[in-house]
Formats: sequence, structure tokens, C-alpha cells
Amino acid sequence: MNIIVCLKQVPDTETQIKIAPDGKSIVEDDIKWIMNPYDEFGVEEALRIKEKFGGEVTVVGLGPKRVTEAIRTALAMGADKGILITDDALEGSDSLATAKALTAAIKDLDYDIIFTGQRGIDDDLGLVGASVAEFLGIPHIALGIKVEIADDQSSVKVHRPVEGQTLVIESPLPVLITAQKGLNEPRYASLPGIMKAKKKPLEEKSLADLGVDASEFGEAARKLKIIELTPPPERKAGKIIEGETPQEKAAELAKLLHEEAKVL
Amino acid sequence: MDFTLSMEQEILRKSVRDFAENEIRPVAKELDEREEFSYETMQKMAELGLFGMVVSETYGGQGMDYLSYIIATEEIARVDGSHAATVAAGNSLGIGPIYYYGNEEQKQKYLPKLCSGEALWGFGLTEPNAGSDAGNSKTTAILDGDEWVVNGSKIFITNASTEISAGVTALCRTGTRDDGRPELSCIIVEAGTPGYEARPMHGKMMWRASNTSELYFEDCRVPKENLLGERGHGFHQMLETLDKGRLSIGAMGLGGAQGCFEMALRYARERVQFGKPIAHFQVNSFKLADMAMEIECARLLLYKACWLCDNDKPFGKEAAMAKLYCSEVMYRCANHAVQLHGGYGLMKEYDVERFYRDQKLLEIGEGTSEVQRIVISRYIGAI
Repeated sequence: MNIIVCLKQVPDTETQIKIAPDGKSIVEDDIKWIMNPYDEFGVEEALRIKEKFGGEVTVVGLGPKRVTEAIRTALAMGADKGILITDDALEGSDSLATAKALTAAIKDLDYDIIFTGQRGIDDDLGLVGASVAEFLGIPHIALGIKVEIADDQSSVKVHRPVEGQTLVIESPLPVLITAQKGLNEPRYASLPGIMKAKKKPLEEKSLADLGVDASEFGEAARKLKIIELTPPPERKAGKIIEGETPQEKAAELAKLLHEEAKVL
Repeated sequence: MDFTLSMEQEILRKSVRDFAENEIRPVAKELDEREEFSYETMQKMAELGLFGMVVSETYGGQGMDYLSYIIATEEIARVDGSHAATVAAGNSLGIGPIYYYGNEEQKQKYLPKLCSGEALWGFGLTEPNAGSDAGNSKTTAILDGDEWVVNGSKIFITNASTEISAGVTALCRTGTRDDGRPELSCIIVEAGTPGYEARPMHGKMMWRASNTSELYFEDCRVPKENLLGERGHGFHQMLETLDKGRLSIGAMGLGGAQGCFEMALRYARERVQFGKPIAHFQVNSFKLADMAMEIECARLLLYKACWLCDNDKPFGKEAAMAKLYCSEVMYRCANHAVQLHGGYGLMKEYDVERFYRDQKLLEIGEGTSEVQRIVISRYIGAI
């Protein structure tokens, strides 16, 4: 089983996001970058499949040089090799362009399964996984919370949550699966793993290396334009329900939910 | 100058931080309350590779540099002092002497199990009547034929009486030097040797989830080969071990201070009094600003000491300064953090209460603050 995992680097969930003066982007100076948590589920699942069936796990990241850290983290977790697609012309690319670049890097590799996170926790668009599958012409199964490989390794069953139920989808290989929370508990990069990762191959590729036309990427080629970013409204102070007894408090709460919050 | 950490060090910090948040934070309070050493978290820390961090891969270690070890210890201490103590004592004091002074056979015999975390090891220096005056150890080891006969006792020995404690490196009087002063040597005593007993100590104010022991040697016989390094070099070996150990105590102060600062900042931004978050009152924001500044200074000093150590330059003075400064910074940060929490800071429900207690050890263990000032005074030529 050869598996590819696509990685995105996103701001740490604890980072305080500030909007840049242009009103369309965020200030990146003080941001701590991490591997997109949904991609981390993909890395973990890939490693588990490799441990069971053998094969190789390749991680593919895209973005500036700092993305190397996310790729090295995946290598420290146990992935075998990494590819970083990095090119100044990629700056400002939208999801579709990102998917095109990833596809160009993946198409000639030997793979049975591709994992991507179901979405990046920064833009929350969830487009890249499906787009890559489309460009590669392979099946796409979204929001996997369980992945079962057939014993003969020719097909896969993926569990996907749907409105409190579970949909089980079967697909031949190769397939692209997007990882959802609940798929697994990703391992920590161990200290020996971190040391081993130093020696694992990590290749950098420019758009020219991938044989694609740079004009299809970057800000100018965006199909999706960001008009404006606004911070979420500040959270208002909570309300403490007064009352002598639990019954009184419950009645007051129900009244407020009905009349003020209008949710009942 | 380049203050950038390597990518491996950044990944290490993130990984150990996530580990500490997910595996240690949820149980730290209860283990402290019950004064219990957890074999479960010990095993998880071992699996992560937190033992034998600076030991070469030949003996099962991770082959990392000292700064990496210090970053890992700092991240554990940011969440819990007891667990950081198990790690710091395990690496610096348990593994250290065997790795640096042991012969090939001793290293092969003990290091793999200590580096995998299957076993822990004690550093037997302090005695009931020899604390800061450690050179005045009374425990004796008399060579009788092919065996050392050890008699005496040790106290406050970390990691020496758990179920997985495999032994201790004990500083013993092995004779008298030509100048009439005692000849001190390090002797390896394995757990289970007749006449050797290690008892856990209870009733601690701090590091309640780490293992602290009293050791008794009563006509305890160990083979002659259990001498560590050269005869008569024991005290020097112990002091050198403490030089490196000081870096890890510094890491515990730094990490603990960072933990206090983060808890205080979060609380001060959330806690509303007089209609606004208490962080908005200058009297409080200045406390937080001072904490942030001192933590930054502490980190620079400690990392510089590690850099010197990693680059084979003398680092004794900086290690003593870092140990002293980081513990005192944590003292002030813990104090401010409890103050900012007000009445809640006095309750066990809030972690700052535990940090406030845990801090105190750092000014006492592995050389008191007073001893650090003596060490520094000597380095600068004042005495």
C-alpha cells in the first residue's frame, strides 16, 4: 500500500488572528504554524495502514519554506518521504490552483490511497481534496471516520457520518479520502522519530519542475476573490439565571430561550 | 547572533507540549492530591523518548543536544513539576553519571534499560547530615576482598524507590587521602542487593507525584567492579553531574514560570471586577508585563548556558546563574499568578496552587540558591 498525504500548514488554533491593513488578509508575523489537524488524521491513518500492510507514506505540502516544518513533523511521526511544492508564483493561489499543483506533483507517483484533511481550519473551504480527486480522475470519499482496507487490498470501505447515521461507502483503489475528526488519535512525534526524520528525503519542487504554467497560479489566477475580512463579533457577557429553586430557574431559562434568544 | 531554534527543536517543543497537555495535565492534579507516582504516565513519557535524551544511540538514547533536552523538560514543567522532576532526575542524575563515568561494560549493562524508561536510577549524594556540605558524606564503602561493603544512608533521592528503580549511584567514603581528607568514590548499588533498602518518602509539600526516597545500606556487599570511574574521583563526578543537572532544574523553573504566566494571563483577561477584566488594571497588567520580561531573560540565560555546554565551552558559571535565576523567576511568577487569581488561587481546583508549592523545591534542590551564589561568587573571583 503506497499512500500519499497532502498537508497544509495553518495558524495554531491558539493564535490570536489579526486582520492586516489591506482588510483582505491576516497579519502573519506572530503566527505559530502547525500542521492542519485534519491532515494530521490523514497522516496517522496512512501510518496505521502502512504498519498493517507495508508500503510507503509520502507527504506532499505546498506553500512557503516554513511548510517544511509540517512535512518534517509528519516524517517524525513515521512517514517515509516528503515533497514541498514551493514557488513564489503560488503566493495567493486559491483552492483550485492549489489542487492543480498538488495533482501535478502526485500524478506520476505510485499510490493506492490519497488522504487529505476534510478542510483546512484556516479558510474552511474544503475544496482541495475533492478537486485533486477530480483532476486525477479517481473516486473521492469525503469525511472518513473509519477506513477498512479489504484483505486482498483491492478496495476500501469508508465510514462517513450522516445526520447521526453512518454511511458506508465502498470504492476500488486508488481512491482519495478526506479525513474527519474521529478517524483516529494522531500519535506524537517521538524523540527518536524526530531524529530519524532529519535523514529522510524531502524534495522541493517549483512549478517549473512540475511542468505546469505559472500563470495558472497565484493571486491573478484566482477564481475565488476575497473581498473583505471582518473579525467575529465580540462575545457578549453571559447571563446568570436567578431563582430560588431549580424549578424556578428552569422555568426562567425556558422563558428566556423562548422570548429573548428565540431558539425554542 | 542567531536565536533561531532548529526545526527539530521546534517540532520537539510542539510534540512535548501537546503530549504534556493531553497526557499529563488531565491527571496531574489528582496524582498530586494522592501523592502518587504514576507508572502509566511514566510509561507514556518513556515511549515518547523522554529518557536518555542526550545519550548516544549506541546505548539506546536519542542522541539529541542539551538544548533539546532542556526544551523538552521545560515543556513538561510548564504543565507539571512532578513529571518534569521524574524526567530531569532520570536524565541528568540517574543516567548522567553512568553515561559520563561508567566503563563500557557498565554502560552496556545499565543504559539501554534506563534510556527506554523501563528502569529508573537514583543519584545518592545527599545524606541526613550532608546537604549543602555534600563532601562531608558519612556513608562508607570498604573494600573487602572482591567486594565493597557499603554502610550508611542517603535521603531525598529522586526516582530511587519506585517499582522500576533498578539501583543507585552512591557517593561513599572509600578511604582516606594522603592529606588526611576522606577519599570519596561513586559505587553502583543495584536494587535487590541484600542490605540495601530504598523507602519512598511521604508528606511532601511539592513534587508530590514524583518519587523521593530514603536509602539504607547495612553491610551491603557489591562487586569490586561496581566502582564508577576512578577511585577517589566520586565527589568531582557528582559536582560535574550537578553542573549539568542545574540546566534541567533551570528548565523546570523556566517551564513552571511559563505555565504560571499563561494561567495568570488567561485568568486576568477573563476575570471581571469593577466592570472590566482585571488585566486592564495597571497594577495587574504590570505584574504580567514583569512576568513576561523575566521569563524572556530566564530563557535567554538558560539557553545560552545550554549553547555553551553543547559547544564544549565552560558553562559552570552560567549553569549556576540559570538555575538560580530561573528558580527565582518562577518564585515571583507563581506568587503573582496566585495573587492574580485572588481567593481562587488558594484553592486546589486551580493549578496555580500546585505550581506555588512545587516552585519551592527549585530554590533548595540540586544546590540551594545560597550555594548557587557561592558558586557564582567563586567564578567571578569575589571569594
